[in-house]
Amino acid sequence: MIRIQARVEQSTLMKIASPILAIILTLIFSSVLFSTLGKDPIQAMHVLLIAPLSDLYNIGEMFVKMGPLLLCAVGLSLCYRANLWNIGAEGQLLMGALGGGAAALALIDSTSIFALPIAILCGVVSGMVWAAFPTYLKLKFNSNLILTTIMFNYIALYLLLWAVHGPLRDPDGYGFPESALFSDAVTLPVLFEDGRIHLGIVLAIISAFAAWILLNKSHIGFQIRVFGEDEPAARYAGFNGKKLSWTVMLIAGGLAGLAGVAEVTGPIGQLIPSISPGYGYSAIIVAYLGRLHPLGALLSATFMAVLYMGGDLAQIEIGVPTAVVGMFQGVLLFFLLACDFFIRYRLTFISNQPIQE
Amino acid sequence: MAISTDTTDCRIKLENITKQYPGCLANDNISLSLLPGEIHALLGENGAGKSTLVKTIYGVVSPDQGKIIWDGEQVHVKSPSDARDLGIGMVFQHFSLFETLTVSENIELCLSKKQLIAIENLPEKIRNLSKAYGLDVDPDRYIHSLSIGERQRVEILRCLVQSVKLLILDEPTSVLTPQEVANLFVVLNKLSAEGCSILFISHKLHEVTEICQKATILRGGKVISTCSPREESPSSIAKMMVGDLAEQDAGYSKKEGSKVIFQAKELNLPTKQPFGTELKKINFDLKAGEILGIAGVAGNGQDELMAAISGEDGRLVNNMLFLNQQDIGKLDAGERRQLGMANVPEERLGRGAVPEMSLTENTLLTQSKGFISNGLVNWKKVQQHAQKIIDQYKVKCHGEFSDAKSLSGGNLQKFIMGREIGQNPIVLICAHPTWGVDVGAALSIHQSLLKLRDEGAAILLVSEDIDELFLLADRIGAVCDGHLSPLIKTDETDIEQIGLWMAGSFIPESLEATQ
Repeated sequence: MIRIQARVEQSTLMKIASPILAIILTLIFSSVLFSTLGKDPIQAMHVLLIAPLSDLYNIGEMFVKMGPLLLCAVGLSLCYRANLWNIGAEGQLLMGALGGGAAALALIDSTSIFALPIAILCGVVSGMVWAAFPTYLKLKFNSNLILTTIMFNYIALYLLLWAVHGPLRDPDGYGFPESALFSDAVTLPVLFEDGRIHLGIVLAIISAFAAWILLNKSHIGFQIRVFGEDEPAARYAGFNGKKLSWTVMLIAGGLAGLAGVAEVTGPIGQLIPSISPGYGYSAIIVAYLGRLHPLGALLSATFMAVLYMGGDLAQIEIGVPTAVVGMFQGVLLFFLLACDFFIRYRLTFISNQPIQE
Repeated sequence: MAISTDTTDCRIKLENITKQYPGCLANDNISLSLLPGEIHALLGENGAGKSTLVKTIYGVVSPDQGKIIWDGEQVHVKSPSDARDLGIGMVFQHFSLFETLTVSENIELCLSKKQLIAIENLPEKIRNLSKAYGLDVDPDRYIHSLSIGERQRVEILRCLVQSVKLLILDEPTSVLTPQEVANLFVVLNKLSAEGCSILFISHKLHEVTEICQKATILRGGKVISTCSPREESPSSIAKMMVGDLAEQDAGYSKKEGSKVIFQAKELNLPTKQPFGTELKKINFDLKAGEILGIAGVAGNGQDELMAAISGEDGRLVNNMLFLNQQDIGKLDAGERRQLGMANVPEERLGRGAVPEMSLTENTLLTQSKGFISNGLVNWKKVQQHAQKIIDQYKVKCHGEFSDAKSLSGGNLQKFIMGREIGQNPIVLICAHPTWGVDVGAALSIHQSLLKLRDEGAAILLVSEDIDELFLLADRIGAVCDGHLSPLIKTDETDIEQIGLWMAGSFIPESLEATQ
């Protein structure tokens, strides 16, 4: 007989092993799936996970995808550590792109060295504003943060679509729903001559380290952790829950906004309808896979970026739909949550002895 | 199950029970026996192994070694339902009743089908038993409408319905008024006279000397002594429990406070939760250098009063609370702390300390002065301070890196007391400081409270343990249904009067009628 028992202490081993176990289970599950689709699972895995790291160009592209994932995931890790279920990174990212993009278009004739910082700042502030609405609604009316942030994702998406179809459409763009290309003064510098690795990726990595210092070294970070882990204790200690909620939500919104503006002023270079292939949603998985630890997010964002690249390559090379990436992510999160169960619980095997009468 | 016909035999006999937990030998070769009708006390400090032992008897824990002999036959108690089938009943410290169900439904839930068929009319049976033992429980009432004392009687009834032959009670008196305790003892004596054995866990030694025929004292998982409590005094038993306890916890001098530090004026506060208590016109002065004790049965507004004073409640109470003449009604809990208020809450784990955080981190929880520079925490300093609290208050733990939840209740309480007292507060509000704490720890907690008082702090002490209040408090009052009784010097009153106040005798009838 198998019995589920609560562990006396959380298992440190399982905390680390759980993401690895989840990845292995996902790979096994996907192999079965590829086999039933008539594809060679080994080849499919190679294309999905190894090929993206096979040459410098692909590695560069991997970093380009890792940047926004990491920025969003760092912000979300902070929110989730504070027990605030912000699902709105996608919307905050889009608003960052829209706000920063609008500023970049307004500064299209400028040659000032301040043009780019202003555009980036506008993007960050737009992301913060987009995070501020649900935060206010939660703190004032106790609305459900999960629902409001998801709804704000849709509002952000349709605002962006409206903008590129309407006021921000390039007048010389033959009616395509795209803005004009941004000028060089408002484009993020690339780090290497080849490829598209831009300054935003450096900012993303810095943000991960900064968030780590915030959480583990600062007093406010300590308050955030207490608030998330044990709200009655935070209230007892006299920590200001509203202030803490505002802090993490605005940081998360700002980072997601930065991700958005870095996309449009970096690799994309203009406003288009499809800025994000769901970075804000994938970042939720990245945050969990990284154990809600900003430095863990660094590893998991890399993994997820490889998967994005692999999805593109898989479509080209073995002809599976890109939806495979979404499925892969979903299955991964599913297995991760299942494996996390064993951090707090364990199975014990009990021999079936006949009950004595 | 064969039942021995020889009634002179022991009802239950434990032989060499041993249970090893990771890093802790909870029970070490424990042997114990109870005769039919015997009331037997199980005494010991926290962590002495009492809970493990009774859980073994009740089938919650399976022992590594040892035998349980029930009515002369060796038995394996694999689960509580096995235990109930044998005739073992247990009333836990925290009741396991569903508030939204009636008494009768709650009792029905833990009966097996066979038992249910045997009892034709359950409410009728409850009524009969209730009458026979003077328990006064109506089977049709909902649990949420019952007082704590009544709920406990429901738990006892639940055991009686199953014709219990051994009743285990885990600290049954800690939630009762003195009058309710007296009633409980009448019931227990009656059960004992009918041949039901009772295993009684308590920290209150005078109760043990009053009703128990035998006592087994555990220390560190071993049986230290078995004695007849009636031939011992509470202090001699206490000595056996904690070993070389230098001096006894009694006879502290009373003091009169000097100037008024803290005032509550006409404090009214509607309830936040459906089962909460509304605070009604609470008035009191708290003076520097005194301990003001507030007695009361749980759920009569103590929690609400504490939350209002500490600021955890979070609502504005303008012109009702004053610290040194300053209106603190609009300040939050953190700002009140800054002004020199400290707080020891009732729940240690989950409120007074974060379970999954280390003692170092839990030190920083309420004490940040001197540990923060430029917004960054100097963890080394915090760690040293945590170490100091652990040493000074003799907190038993692996070290300052231990998680709060790995400490026993008493040790965590010592840690929290040390942390709060270490801030040199001018006002300390303190709820149930020794609830569930062993005699040794209680002694050191009492002494540190008195030392703080003598240094000039004002202490508000809320406790359900009326003996403790009489021991420590300089002035005393009681809460009942959100009203606060008059306050009186402890020397000028007695347990009888406070007991009546706890039952609400001070509330004018005109007010009572409007409820």
